[in-house]
Amino acid sequence: MLELENITKVYKAGQTEVPALRGITCRIESGEMVSIIGPSGSGKSTLMNIIGCLDKPTSGWYRLDGTEVSELNDNQLAEIRNKKIGFVFQSFNLLSRTTALANVELPLIYNGAGDRRQRALQVLDSVGLGHRVTHRPSELAGGEQQRVAIARALVNNPSLILADEPTGNLDTKTSQEIMAIFTKLNEQGMTIILVTHEPDIAAYTQRTIKLRDGQIEGSTCLKSG
Amino acid sequence: MKIWDCFTAAIRALLGNKLRSILTMLGILIGVSAVISVLSLGAAQSAIVEESFATLGANLIYVIPREGSVGAMVGEATLTVGDAEAIARQASSVVGVAPTAQTYAQVVGGGENLNSLIAGITPEAEWVDNYAVAQGDFITLFDYRARSRVAVLGSEVSQTLFGEIDPSGQSIRISGRQFQVIGVLETRGTGFGFEDMRVYIPLSTLYSTVAASQAGSRGNSVDMISVQVESSDRLEAADQEITAILRDTHNIRVGEEDDFRVLNIASVAEQVTQVLGILQLVLAGIAGISLLVGGIGIMNIMLVSVTERIREIGLRKAIGAKRRDILTQFLIESATLSLCGGAVGVGLGWIIVKIMSVVATNLGFPFAARLPGYAIALSVGVAILIGLASGLYPAVRAARLDPIESLRHE
Repeated sequence: MLELENITKVYKAGQTEVPALRGITCRIESGEMVSIIGPSGSGKSTLMNIIGCLDKPTSGWYRLDGTEVSELNDNQLAEIRNKKIGFVFQSFNLLSRTTALANVELPLIYNGAGDRRQRALQVLDSVGLGHRVTHRPSELAGGEQQRVAIARALVNNPSLILADEPTGNLDTKTSQEIMAIFTKLNEQGMTIILVTHEPDIAAYTQRTIKLRDGQIEGSTCLKSG
Repeated sequence: MKIWDCFTAAIRALLGNKLRSILTMLGILIGVSAVISVLSLGAAQSAIVEESFATLGANLIYVIPREGSVGAMVGEATLTVGDAEAIARQASSVVGVAPTAQTYAQVVGGGENLNSLIAGITPEAEWVDNYAVAQGDFITLFDYRARSRVAVLGSEVSQTLFGEIDPSGQSIRISGRQFQVIGVLETRGTGFGFEDMRVYIPLSTLYSTVAASQAGSRGNSVDMISVQVESSDRLEAADQEITAILRDTHNIRVGEEDDFRVLNIASVAEQVTQVLGILQLVLAGIAGISLLVGGIGIMNIMLVSVTERIREIGLRKAIGAKRRDILTQFLIESATLSLCGGAVGVGLGWIIVKIMSVVATNLGFPFAARLPGYAIALSVGVAILIGLASGLYPAVRAARLDPIESLRHE
């Protein structure tokens, strides 16, 4: 469960202060699949960075699974990102010279988990890539690369998956396949937050949060679908 | 992040760019092999010097004119045969005295001809100066008293004039006068090196023949007096005795300087070793500069590597890498680069020393290649330190990168 309370974020550009978020309050339950949409400049990326514990809010409170995240230091945030959040990026962000397996094992390296190979193989299998584990990213198609990235996000058994335009670099058919994986994961109980500007993608989710000018439009969390 | 994972990540990253890694290592490799060869050659040289002094004999004292030096051709003529006799007669700690006078002269024999040092010696020289006869005989007391025209050849002179033939019984001409060869000395090889290149004749004969033309100026002067002391713990006492005797015979008044020098082999050995040590340090220092250059090369490449991998760093941070993890990763990468370079450098340095040893041996200067443990420890240690030091700044830069901006980096 994820609770945001009156979150603001102000960037300083020289003397002027640019507010990116102006008081976001919302709540995402465990097991929900939510999309965050909005035009560019609406504060989507900033909100995603805060939810992903990559950035700290200027003011407000953010509780992730009951932990007050806004008060943690850099190292503690790194641990939260490692254990509780699975990132999926538009451009996959795989290490190009390492195999799919090694890419998936990467988050496990940072928490000293044992039996890394076994767990990595298991999640790769669950996203349908069990047969290509020794391939390098350059030898994989875009959809396959994104599956590796999803496997990497899943490998630490996180509380939520945070996907930033996960289908932005994929064709329609592959996008549908990737969305099918997310849907299936959600059905198995995984909390999923999708940041997107494509209504087609948002349509896969149960709820859409619309951002405009750093605020949630209508200041409520809208139910849809 | 466990240290082992850091290592595998570092090695993976380095293997990912093999050519660049090898070129970067080259700097450290060359530096370490230079340091290793300098130190190994130094060690071999020190061993040779030690050996040389050992063949000269530990209980030996040399008395030379003040302006001369051990092995000099002609010093200032302040020492005489009389001085040698006085030392032999009066110094209680002394067991043997052997004066030597030498001069250059033309030597003809066996159809060859060379300009060689002619050393006039006394029979005592055989054991005082530790000469070993390989073939034939040494100069005898009879030869000395009778001013016989007999000569003992240093091994190289013999080789030059007569090749492999035993020259005993052959005649040679020194400064146009005929001499009979009665023996050849064993090769000293080491030592000061000049012993093998001399022709030895009785000192008395030298004065009456080869040096007769110089007799007016040099009288019965000698260039060096070798003194064998009873035991090594009496070296100091002998030194003082000799000084006192010579000051007396030379009529040197209190307050005036000696016109001779008393050198004991142990202290000469110490001085030479000291000078060689300093020389070695200087050379190793120069070789060390190339290590520094290698370090700068590593820093340069690590900075490039950090810049190239900003997105990777961002991703690693996003999935849970702490600053410390990123710092360690890049430090280990640079340390691995320099460690590998250092290890190969030790091997290469050893090969260089081996080759030099073989070449030098073929040229007639045999020395045993040796690789002292401290040389390995020192050069590899310095290499790793340089790797860490030059990797530190790039690693700190990498660790400080902001994950959000790094992920956005193109």
